[in-house]
Amino acid sequence: MKTKSNLERVLEAEQFAVTGELGPPQSADPEVIRRKAKILKGNVDAFNVTDGQTAVVRMASWAACLIGKEEGLDPIVQMTCRDRNRIALQMDVLGIAALGINNMLCLTGDHQKFGNHPMAKGVYDVDSIQLVKMVKDMRDEKKFQCGDEMAVEPRLFIGAAANPFADPFEFRVVRLAKKVAAGADFIQTQIIYNVDKFAEWMKMVRDRGLHERVKILAGVAPIKSVGVAQYMKTRVPGMDVPDSIIARLQGVPKEQVSKEGIQLCIDIINQVREIEGVAGIHLMAIEWEEAVPEIVESAGLLPRPKFTP
Amino acid sequence: MLVVQIKPEEEILPKISSKRLFIFECLGCQEVYFPTEDVEKFIDNLKEEIVGKASLDYLCNREFVKEYIERYSKQIKKAQILLVFSCGVGVQIVSSLLEDKIVYTCCDTLYLNGFQGLTVQEFNCDQCGECYLNYTGGICPIAQCPKHLLNGPCGGSQNGKCEVDPDIPCVWQQIVDRLAKLGRLDKLEELVTPRNWSVSLISEPPVKRFP
Repeated sequence: MKTKSNLERVLEAEQFAVTGELGPPQSADPEVIRRKAKILKGNVDAFNVTDGQTAVVRMASWAACLIGKEEGLDPIVQMTCRDRNRIALQMDVLGIAALGINNMLCLTGDHQKFGNHPMAKGVYDVDSIQLVKMVKDMRDEKKFQCGDEMAVEPRLFIGAAANPFADPFEFRVVRLAKKVAAGADFIQTQIIYNVDKFAEWMKMVRDRGLHERVKILAGVAPIKSVGVAQYMKTRVPGMDVPDSIIARLQGVPKEQVSKEGIQLCIDIINQVREIEGVAGIHLMAIEWEEAVPEIVESAGLLPRPKFTP
Repeated sequence: MLVVQIKPEEEILPKISSKRLFIFECLGCQEVYFPTEDVEKFIDNLKEEIVGKASLDYLCNREFVKEYIERYSKQIKKAQILLVFSCGVGVQIVSSLLEDKIVYTCCDTLYLNGFQGLTVQEFNCDQCGECYLNYTGGICPIAQCPKHLLNGPCGGSQNGKCEVDPDIPCVWQQIVDRLAKLGRLDKLEELVTPRNWSVSLISEPPVKRFP
């Protein structure tokens, strides 16, 4: 075990892992986090708090993670390269580890033009792969990016994102291989609706033996309405929502769409579980955390493993 | 104003060792301070076989460069590597006109105080001071990627377009295509470490200034 992460423990024990996600509020209200965390508790092994997703200002991920930790969960901090240079990133890594948070997901970050402050200066001092390596060297070599040594290292379980649906398709596995070489312990993929394409990507991943060096969690999410499906199809960078998915939701009466959207998610979970090399799922019930317990239970993923401390 | 400096020897020489070279040498323009003496000295000291050399000003002028490519087409064909001495713009022009040849730049392009050059060109050189064109098949990720990514595209690259604007091509898609054409896609498997922004115009004002 490299860290005290519950997620690491589940994956080491070769159990099918479940991570969740919560979006922090566009306000300073901690109760929103507490409420969502209580819903996720017992239904996930760890949970992400997004960090300025789509470049919209929300409560910082590390702060919301601390609140979630107080509720008894194992949080995963998300850090983007859009907003912080290497100095701030390393400072935050030290602080996050000092607060007893065990997991970090390293991301490039959606461009600032997507959000509510499009005139902001993007930083991008380093990219996500360099960030993974930076955190790994801090943890395993006890060294800062400049080479200086530190007395107490941050013991973080390091994650990175992978998008099987972005282009260039052939290069996606090379990019994953680089993240693994840089030191990623686990991967969470973009939300999967095109299971065939995901299976194709997983084959390329297995051909390189990457599934044995890093734990891959398949991204899944329920869809609340046809409008949401259309939004994801057209407005979210890097998402592949096949027309058949939209058609499936359009094929039921309006009041049943959300129920169908949950069933859709359960079906996809059952399909990806069958694909060799998938170590778990990352369930992103965005702004719909209430759906998580039902989904996890119906997919046969309860109870979540508990370990004696 | 741009200023061009020759890259450290240890960065260039291993790449061209024992290869047959064709050299493109830019003689400069109004906008660029070009170290012609240093370039000549560097070329004289090369141990590799030089199959030909094209010296012209305005290596950034596409039509001009095309003429020279035609004139020297036999030698260029014989060469294993095309070595370019120019600012970043010239390198990008040459590599865009000779997509099936390996093109290396011997120079870093730096920022010089004063109003930037007025030569309007299709390729940008951001005078970042640490040229990455040798990693990327002659296509610049610093100038053309809104996130200045160095290790490949972000998750927002779709259908060859940049997530920021559908009218902007994803430069990393272009780099992958170029390197695939050259049979050198494996180059992108190398981990590129965090770059030095202190010499770059982008990190204004740059710390290192040309004296």
